[in-house]
Amino acid sequence: MKDQPHLTLPRGGVSRRAFLKGSGATAAAAAAISGTTAVEAAESRATFVAAETVSIELRVNGAMHKVTVEPRTTLLDVLRYRLDLTGAKPVSIDASSGASTVLIDGKPASANVVLALDCRGKHIQTAESLGGKDPDPVVKAFIKHDAMQCGFCTPGFVVAVRAFLDQHPNATKEQILNGLNGNLCRCGTYANVIMAALDAAKGGK
Amino acid sequence: MKPFEYAAPRDEAGVLECLSPEPGHVEILAGGTDLLPLLQKMILTPRRVVNIKEVASLRRLSADSQGVVIGAAVTLSDLLEAPELAPCTALRQAIEGIDALQLVSQMTLGGELCRRPQCWYFRNGHGLLADAGRRVVQGDNRYHAILGNSGPAKFVHASRLAPALIALDASVRVIGPEREDEHYLPLADLFRTPRHERERETVLLPNQFLTHVYVPHPEGWLNATYEVKHGRGPAAPLAAASAALLLEGGRVADARVVLGHVAPVPWLSHEAAQELIGHAVSAETAARAGQAAVAAATPLSQNAYKVDLAAVAVERAILKAAGLPTGGL
Repeated sequence: MKDQPHLTLPRGGVSRRAFLKGSGATAAAAAAISGTTAVEAAESRATFVAAETVSIELRVNGAMHKVTVEPRTTLLDVLRYRLDLTGAKPVSIDASSGASTVLIDGKPASANVVLALDCRGKHIQTAESLGGKDPDPVVKAFIKHDAMQCGFCTPGFVVAVRAFLDQHPNATKEQILNGLNGNLCRCGTYANVIMAALDAAKGGK
Repeated sequence: MKPFEYAAPRDEAGVLECLSPEPGHVEILAGGTDLLPLLQKMILTPRRVVNIKEVASLRRLSADSQGVVIGAAVTLSDLLEAPELAPCTALRQAIEGIDALQLVSQMTLGGELCRRPQCWYFRNGHGLLADAGRRVVQGDNRYHAILGNSGPAKFVHASRLAPALIALDASVRVIGPEREDEHYLPLADLFRTPRHERERETVLLPNQFLTHVYVPHPEGWLNATYEVKHGRGPAAPLAAASAALLLEGGRVADARVVLGHVAPVPWLSHEAAQELIGHAVSAETAARAGQAAVAAATPLSQNAYKVDLAAVAVERAILKAAGLPTGGL
């Protein structure tokens, strides 16, 4: 890990000073934005640069883990293949399935489109954090309503339902139907997932 | 993924230092929902990836009496929660259309506006223009452009927020290549139709980047977005439109109609706006505006159906903005 910028790329000699302040709407934008950005100039700090393998600390489910990653390592790879937290699943190469859903600082995210280096200093929660001896009400509701068939999408769904109910504690069936479209289930067990989510919304924490 | 160097600057000047004048050498990472899949499929093979999410000024949303300033790294869920943006219904509806809570909390405004085309030729390694457009013309073009497609670019612009923001008269701040270089331009002028493989969908130089979006308060402007989608979920709409209407005495005094997913750029339709100005909004005037918006359409071999969908999107966006029933689902 290097603290100073490691600039290996060619920097062109293009020197084109231009202040296109424009008129009308863009002039208003110029006035409004320049007011907010001037503050930043003073608080300049060093760029974090990782050219090759670096060692970072990740806070996952409350515990700190020291892992060695390449810049291209995704969070999903770290969770599954370094930390053996295999709840989040690699299903889609883009973020279209929701099977790798985890919470990063409490917000739902597909771990397969997040770089591990982006998670320095952030709190990651996986499906595993909702299980254990006293499982989360969402997990209990999934068991009660048999909300899984093959189970491959289930951890992603459980985390997504948890995140959705955190935002909408008293969600209605309509809201739940509209809110969980980021997760796909190939078996088509949506009806039971919706029932479980509704149950967790009513009886959950 | 090919190996690359990772940089996370803490201020805007630091971001500029990390960029390169060579196209394709550096990619900017914000939410990652678009960049990571492109890196994984090696469609993009940068030498360096610059994460802009650690720059404080880019994560800030602030409002004054005139409008709202939004940093490029502000997430879409933060936009939905911002009370300052409540009157910008077209923008809110466009975000709600993405319909996946993971994506909405990960995606950023700047990243959404700079999203690369969803074109399957591009995403499968045939290049942005796919042999100067020939593969698209001869191949499967059901989701491709119906307007502005006479050049080699046949893809449709991927941004779902740009039509809404252009209808709301948004402008953007771009900085670079040098620290002192600061440009303000209307959002519509950020986009261009590339003419050859080395050009991208924005006018940004490789060592420039988008820092802020400015949305003026839509005082008096009724606005809405309507997307024609194949079903629920985050998949791109087949056609979309955003409309902003200024009514005076029950008649349209001014209007902006912008179509999405029909052309290589967000498509500002003066024809549709002209059709509305001077008239009261009704099902008939909205339908006429819809037809005017697609009058110049030049569909490819498999996407003539999109002409009808685009006309309906314009019609319903106008009716939705005016608070009239849109029909349909």
